[in-house]
Amino acid sequence: MIKFKQIYKIYPPNCPALEDINLIIGEQEFVCVAGRSGAGKSTLIKLLIREESPSQGQILWHNHDILQIGDKDLPFWRRQIGMIFQDFRLLPDKTAYENIAFAMEVGGRNNQEIERDVPQLLKLVNLIERADHFPSQLSGGEKQRVAIARALAHRPKVLIADEPTGNLDGLNTWEIIRLLMKINELGTMVVLATHDREIINGLDKRVIILEKGRVIRDEQGGRYIL
Amino acid sequence: MLASLIRVFKSGWLGFWRNKWLSTTAIGMVSLAIFGIIGLLLVNVLVGSLITNLEDKVDVSVYFKLDTSEEEILAVRKELVKLDEIRSVEYISRQEALDRFEEKHQDNQILMQSLQELESNPLEAALNIKAQMASQYEKVVGFFNQSKYQEIVDKINYLENKAVIARLSSITATIRQAGLIILIVLAFLAVLVSYNTIRLTIYSAQKEIKVMKLVGASNWFVRGPFIVEGAIYGVIAAVISLVVLHPLLWYLSPKITAYLPGTDLYYFFQANFVALFFLQLVIGIALGAVSSWIAVRRYLSD
Repeated sequence: MIKFKQIYKIYPPNCPALEDINLIIGEQEFVCVAGRSGAGKSTLIKLLIREESPSQGQILWHNHDILQIGDKDLPFWRRQIGMIFQDFRLLPDKTAYENIAFAMEVGGRNNQEIERDVPQLLKLVNLIERADHFPSQLSGGEKQRVAIARALAHRPKVLIADEPTGNLDGLNTWEIIRLLMKINELGTMVVLATHDREIINGLDKRVIILEKGRVIRDEQGGRYIL
Repeated sequence: MLASLIRVFKSGWLGFWRNKWLSTTAIGMVSLAIFGIIGLLLVNVLVGSLITNLEDKVDVSVYFKLDTSEEEILAVRKELVKLDEIRSVEYISRQEALDRFEEKHQDNQILMQSLQELESNPLEAALNIKAQMASQYEKVVGFFNQSKYQEIVDKINYLENKAVIARLSSITATIRQAGLIILIVLAFLAVLVSYNTIRLTIYSAQKEIKVMKLVGASNWFVRGPFIVEGAIYGVIAAVISLVVLHPLLWYLSPKITAYLPGTDLYYFFQANFVALFFLQLVIGIALGAVSSWIAVRRYLSD
């Protein structure tokens, strides 16, 4: 369970990105965070993975304040979270297989585990025959699927997707969304940030809409109406 | 622990292998740096042996009065050898002095004739003294100023050579200092250039470093492969500069010897081969690894 308590984020000198955010996201929930560009979606996510710190407020993970995590323990926190991005952020010098294996290596998993899990993850995202391709040899949709497999390598409790379909066409978009729903059904919390009206309206999940750094709507089975 | 160490090495090797062009540039720069440093070192060795040669040519001769006995002179020699500053003392008896004189001037009829007209040997016995360094002759001469030697010593040719010796000693000191300063400055430049090249290779990887951190890699897991990569640059660069240096010295050394007799760089190179290679390895690895370490640090801060 993630709890945002009175979060403010003000970029210096005086540019508020988030104001008075109070949210509770339950275990195994699928949440869409919607809003225009610049509404604060990305900032919210950056706070969650501790890429940035809020100016004020608390973020609790099972009643632990993640802002108290020291630099040394930060890698451990990040391994609890799977993260995918609009621009995929794969390591260009590593193959699909190695990209996933790398995430497991940094987690200190042994070779047997890696050899067992990586093919399974590749199968999950339906890319087993592309294992030895480098990112430059993969299509956008395939890259994103590799990124999802990598994000799942730590068996995270939370999967955060920041505009994961922003660079993809319609068919690939829905393939990714279906994959995210499948992952959610397998028991992982999914936070999907997007401004794609079609996705949100088609999903019928909880929708949180941000505008100018504030939550203006938060409802189950919500629609993206502005 | 061991497993992640192996992973770090493996991933460093992969990074090196998959970025062949970047690696080649970096190796080129590092081997230039090593080559430069070793080259300057060899020049310093050359200058050093040149100076030693030059200093070897300088000596001070002390002439003893004609009636001084050989025992007395040898006693003086014994005392002299005890001084730290002395490198060698050569005793030249009156007869030897005459022989040398005759040999040297055998083509000069007038001199030989006038010598034959003399009934006895007019030449004095002498001690030829060489000091360790040109600047120490002052002290050696001071030794003969003791009153007990005043009676037997006729003259010391130091006063005639004083200006030359003084100039030589100041020149050699200057050369040594200048050589050292040039070595340090150029070595610093070489280090700076190769550091910058390695920094560029890491700059091109800064996005990847960010991604690694995001996936939850610890700082050492990110840094390690780059350091290994840098060390690989160093090892290869050391081998390259050695491979270049060997034939170059083989070719150049006889020519240098022709100009500056008494120096043999190729011999020096062969005699110190292991030490030189080790030095190159150390320079290369340190340069590669430390540069990588410093360069990565900038991108690890967040």
